[in-house]
Amino acid sequence: MAVLNLVQAINQGLQQALIEDDRVLVFGEDVAVNGGVFRATEGLFEQFGDKRVFDTPLAESGIVGLAVGLAAYGLRPVAEIQFLGFAYAAIDQIFTHAARIRARSRGRYSCPLVIRTPYGGGIKAPELHEESSEAFFCHMPGIKVVVPSTPSNAKGLLRAAILDPDPVIYLEPTRLYRLLKEEVAEEAYITPLGQARIAQAGDQVTLLAWGSILERSLRAVRDYPVEVIDLQTLSPFDRATILASVAKTGRVLIVHEAAKTGGFGAELAATIAEEGIMSLKAPILRVTGYDVVMPLPLLEDYNLPSEQRIIDAVEELLRYS
Amino acid sequence: MPRETLANFSIERLEILDPRGEVDANLLPDLTDPQFLRLYELLLLTRLADERALNLQREGRLGTFPSSLGQEAAQVGSAFALAPQDWVFPSFRELGVFLCLESSLPNYYRYWMGDERGQLCPPELNLFPINIAVGTHLLHAAGVAMGARYRQEPLVAVPYLGDGGTSKGDFYEALNFAGVYRLPLVAICQNNQWAISVSRRGQTATETLAQKALACGIKGIQVDGNDVLAVYQATIEALKRARSGGGATFIECETYRMSDHTTADDARRYRDSAELESWREKDPLLRMRRFLEHRGLWIEADQQAQEQALLQRIDQAVEAAEAVSPPTVEEMFRYTCHQLSSRQEEQLKECRDGRA
Repeated sequence: MAVLNLVQAINQGLQQALIEDDRVLVFGEDVAVNGGVFRATEGLFEQFGDKRVFDTPLAESGIVGLAVGLAAYGLRPVAEIQFLGFAYAAIDQIFTHAARIRARSRGRYSCPLVIRTPYGGGIKAPELHEESSEAFFCHMPGIKVVVPSTPSNAKGLLRAAILDPDPVIYLEPTRLYRLLKEEVAEEAYITPLGQARIAQAGDQVTLLAWGSILERSLRAVRDYPVEVIDLQTLSPFDRATILASVAKTGRVLIVHEAAKTGGFGAELAATIAEEGIMSLKAPILRVTGYDVVMPLPLLEDYNLPSEQRIIDAVEELLRYS
Repeated sequence: MPRETLANFSIERLEILDPRGEVDANLLPDLTDPQFLRLYELLLLTRLADERALNLQREGRLGTFPSSLGQEAAQVGSAFALAPQDWVFPSFRELGVFLCLESSLPNYYRYWMGDERGQLCPPELNLFPINIAVGTHLLHAAGVAMGARYRQEPLVAVPYLGDGGTSKGDFYEALNFAGVYRLPLVAICQNNQWAISVSRRGQTATETLAQKALACGIKGIQVDGNDVLAVYQATIEALKRARSGGGATFIECETYRMSDHTTADDARRYRDSAELESWREKDPLLRMRRFLEHRGLWIEADQQAQEQALLQRIDQAVEAAEAVSPPTVEEMFRYTCHQLSSRQEEQLKECRDGRA
């Protein structure tokens, strides 16, 4: 098995998808000759040619709208939006069309597309390059939202996303692209959508996280009896795994980079309150980004949940018996 | 270092049939007499089916409805040129296109009666759902056109839009993609002069809408949109060019929305009645009927007989639409995704049976 980082695992996943299914097309800004600004599509243009892997004009709504048409026509488009903040220009196409074509056409047309985009902070990048707006997409019925956290699940989840008959927003944690390396199985495999993963076993606190903040959370709580759950798919999310863990620990910490108000953590907290409150020994805590516009590099470390904030919250929870 | 003119452009306008029913014989499309008669039948069917929808709305039997009154030629003339394999992307005022493609009239009524099953497209047609969001669906047409080229299928993607749609960013992005990738796409714009209360002049400072195509490197043409023959001819030429690899065309059909924007609108608030009257003389049905009369194909008795036959067909469509049992709540959940999530399954159960 080769040792790959996250971006290499994604590249391998895309390559295998292009080999195994000629309906798969990869496109976006700078993805062909340049191989993507993070090199996620490197070598694919050379291997598969400009009919399968192509550059588009600089137009995010256009890229997603084109993908909607290609998907409805029966192809399997994998569109790249260069940064999640640029996807705001495409939200109309994602919400109004990708998410609704199946319902509007009563199943005559579907929209099996994947929108891949780097997301999240911690990379000291310019404005709109560090957005963490996953909750917007989770609120919209008709689309799935997937966030890998390791090279292995990045590859498996990507394959599952491409095979899925519905639109999938696939959010790649930019900070992790080259941070983690691990052995990744050479063959194509699936990590099923809608299933969470126990990233660390524990019995006193359930910590829920995804994407790049999961890595930071694991670092913070490695010496604590905390069960860390990597959600992997935010929509639909794996209630069963979460509730089973909460039943065991009785204490819940939710960690995310995004702003607190209306963040996806609120949905998790509400679900636990509705369905697991009798297990709780302590209030559900959230450590999140603040309700501010994601700051430029000099302030971003204050906004992103730090290891210390995570540890403080775990210790606070452990004081409840 | 002189100042130079780097490019000059012009926009062609096509008119074949004038309001008196006279035609330019040199421009007359290559159609048979039965086809001319069929075109008129479709114009009349569209007019009558539209009037019936308005009546049903007033009786509370149909919801908010966007009338196509006055725009029949732009719709029928363009759709009549299509081949069975072509993909059509309607906006929300294309009754004439649906009828021309022989999509189900009961389904069309059912959609506006509030039944989503009315969007179900007959399997033999490649007809996209009605698009309420203005101008966004041109990109889907571009995607299908690109897919068709990838699979080497000789189809053309044909989106319909109004003058308001040309103000949207997606309109430009789609035509730009069509230009860059040389896509087989023919966009049919019904410039009906009003986007609810904002006039054509309030939408754009350009002299024509057709010239917007030039910014994207594709062909743009304006036609008399109340002239069914000119619309047909421009469309058939554009489809031929698209099929032969010549790229996309944007066709501006200059027409007029004789009715309100929808039944929820009152155009008297913003529109001068003299303007409306001036367009009455350009009625697309009247001029086609005069053309048929000049050609010896039509007399007053034919008109009455055909109206009767079409009204009977419309009666049956209304009856069929209203005879369908209302949708169940399963229908609300079933098409959100290919499979219900565990939460959706619980919600469906709650909606159907009440809280457990």
